[in-house]
Amino acid sequence: MRATIETVGLGKRYRLGEHVRGDLREALLRRGRGAAVARDLWALRDVNVRVGDGEAVGLIGRNGAGKSTLLRIIARITEPTTGVSRTRGRVAALLEVGTGFHAELTGRENIFLNGAILGMSRNDVRRRFTDIVAFAGVERFLDTPLKRYSSGMYLRLAFAVAAHVEPEIVIVDEVLAVGDAEFQQRCLTRISEMGREQRTVIFVSHDLGSVARVCPRVVWLDDGGVRADGPAEQIIASYLGSSLEPGPSTEFAADADKRSQIVACSLVGPDGDLLEAPRRDRPFALRLRFLVREHTPGLDLAVILFNRRGIRVVDDAWSDSRPTSACGEMGEYEALVEIPPVLPAGQYTVAAWIGRGHETIDYREIFPFELFPGLTDGAASVRRNRVVQPPITWAVGVPGHHSGARALESADG
Amino acid sequence: MSAASSAPMRDPDAAIRPWVENRPSEGFFPGLNVGELWAFRELAYVLAIRDIKIRYKQALFGFGWAVLQPLIAVAIFSFVFGHVTHVPTQGIPYPVFVYSGLAVWFFFSAGVNAAAQSLVGNAALVTKTYFPRILAPLASILPASIDLAISLAIVTVFMVGYSVEPTAALALLPVWIVGLFVLTLGFGVWVSALNVRYRDVRYVLGFLVQTLLYASPVVFPSVLIEGAWRYAYALNPVVGVIDGFRWSLVGGSSPHASDIVSFAVMLVVLVSGLVYFRRVERRFADVI
Repeated sequence: MRATIETVGLGKRYRLGEHVRGDLREALLRRGRGAAVARDLWALRDVNVRVGDGEAVGLIGRNGAGKSTLLRIIARITEPTTGVSRTRGRVAALLEVGTGFHAELTGRENIFLNGAILGMSRNDVRRRFTDIVAFAGVERFLDTPLKRYSSGMYLRLAFAVAAHVEPEIVIVDEVLAVGDAEFQQRCLTRISEMGREQRTVIFVSHDLGSVARVCPRVVWLDDGGVRADGPAEQIIASYLGSSLEPGPSTEFAADADKRSQIVACSLVGPDGDLLEAPRRDRPFALRLRFLVREHTPGLDLAVILFNRRGIRVVDDAWSDSRPTSACGEMGEYEALVEIPPVLPAGQYTVAAWIGRGHETIDYREIFPFELFPGLTDGAASVRRNRVVQPPITWAVGVPGHHSGARALESADG
Repeated sequence: MSAASSAPMRDPDAAIRPWVENRPSEGFFPGLNVGELWAFRELAYVLAIRDIKIRYKQALFGFGWAVLQPLIAVAIFSFVFGHVTHVPTQGIPYPVFVYSGLAVWFFFSAGVNAAAQSLVGNAALVTKTYFPRILAPLASILPASIDLAISLAIVTVFMVGYSVEPTAALALLPVWIVGLFVLTLGFGVWVSALNVRYRDVRYVLGFLVQTLLYASPVVFPSVLIEGAWRYAYALNPVVGVIDGFRWSLVGGSSPHASDIVSFAVMLVVLVSGLVYFRRVERRFADVI
């Protein structure tokens, strides 16, 4: 297959501690005194990836593994430090929904603006205008300034424009982390369609289930290098199995750039004690410690569990059961999230999210853990392939006499 | 039926597109890719239109402000320098004289100030999308053309009012307008790139632009500077453009040999600006 994207020996170095932005005054005073010693951080090192024409490739890896840097170099937003990245054809980078949107302009004006930013000509936009408007469902608000749009309308409009670009290469980064479930489904469907239209797609998402759905092939980036590259199912399984520190308790370094952040997570019993071997027939809980550095009204928290295939079996936000948040004030908090015994035995990965509405402030995949079978579970039951295993009551007896589970037992006895 | 599903399939047999490379840039001046700039011309146009729309949507009086502002400046200058100080203007009525200089000045100062913010103010574009970065200062200057058009219209009204007749030199007006654009672009390219690196550039810039107003022949004619000093004075590149523009539009003293110095400095500013910009732009997305 002919390649459409190719990187050869790609590396990107960032200088930490160097004055990247300062004032003129500092710059003049610094002359002659010598620059501060800079520390190098290689965000990418010797990355060699080849993507064929019309291929859809998922990019996975932990925070800081270099996914965004790689996308930015492929999209030519920034230069590599070593090596070369090549692309064939027009590239549309959807690194954010609504790049360049301006609140003072109307929906119509923003469609043309955003279209031009994504590389569409005015004629392209005009030709697809009705489609874009219909996809976003904002017909009545076309001449309303964007600042009066609800956040849902804003997102729909933003993705609608992006969904109608017709480049050879589409780069999608986490745009699905926003919006409601129905909207996310539509976006995902559209991205799959782009793949079927023989466009080359590179897709980054923390939602491994979505990655598996859109991309037959997955590249796993770890610490700036390619750790594995191959069929989606296989790579996702080994990523979930080994990419994270083993549980059941993890702490994270403070990151002063984040307005709020998750600082620790541990797997505990409902009583709050550390749990080494959680069982599928007993409830278990996640104890999450988080830090709020800036007063954030409406702050929300979510806990996500991925199963081995990358499916989100649990995705529960605090606001799902409680309409208003009580932890928007600065400070350190602890949440105890109890998961009822409804999951089958197997391997899971815990992730946690802090944000507000559609905005993500901190998201981390925390650790994988093994949920052990119940004491009475037979081998055949454990091996069965299922997503949930709630306590289910069976009542079997002769017709008309199955009044309860006991019926069978008494018939036996 | 979702609109998206009607998207045309890409033709797999389409001609093989050439590789576009992204590699570490080398050399003193990475050059300008003019063909690519041309391919992105619609983006420049859309960004300029956006800036114009935002400007008039936010302003209280909208378009009226763009007319009122220069009129107030002319009234003040005419009173101070025409009426109180009696600056000699070779027979041109002072309001006509000063307005012909201010027209250039307004374009220059609006253009340079907009260019200074063009990269920093569009940080989301710079960090999330690719386009030739030079397009940002270039597009940011275009909305100032509206001010220039308004100024030209008002000068025309003034000329009719004061019975000042245009001369054959009017035919050269487009030359000076191109010169004005080159001048503004030269400074704009410099300050847009410097502002990414140094946060305080825009404060310094506000002061410098204001100072340059009085160092340029806006409120007085450059013939007041005599002998060899005139050549030194022309090191200020704004001098040549204002002299030429005013001469073409309302008459007065014809361009002086020293104007060559102004145009030479202007080109030096532009070329050095382009070199500096291209050398530092590789880091914009990492630094902004």
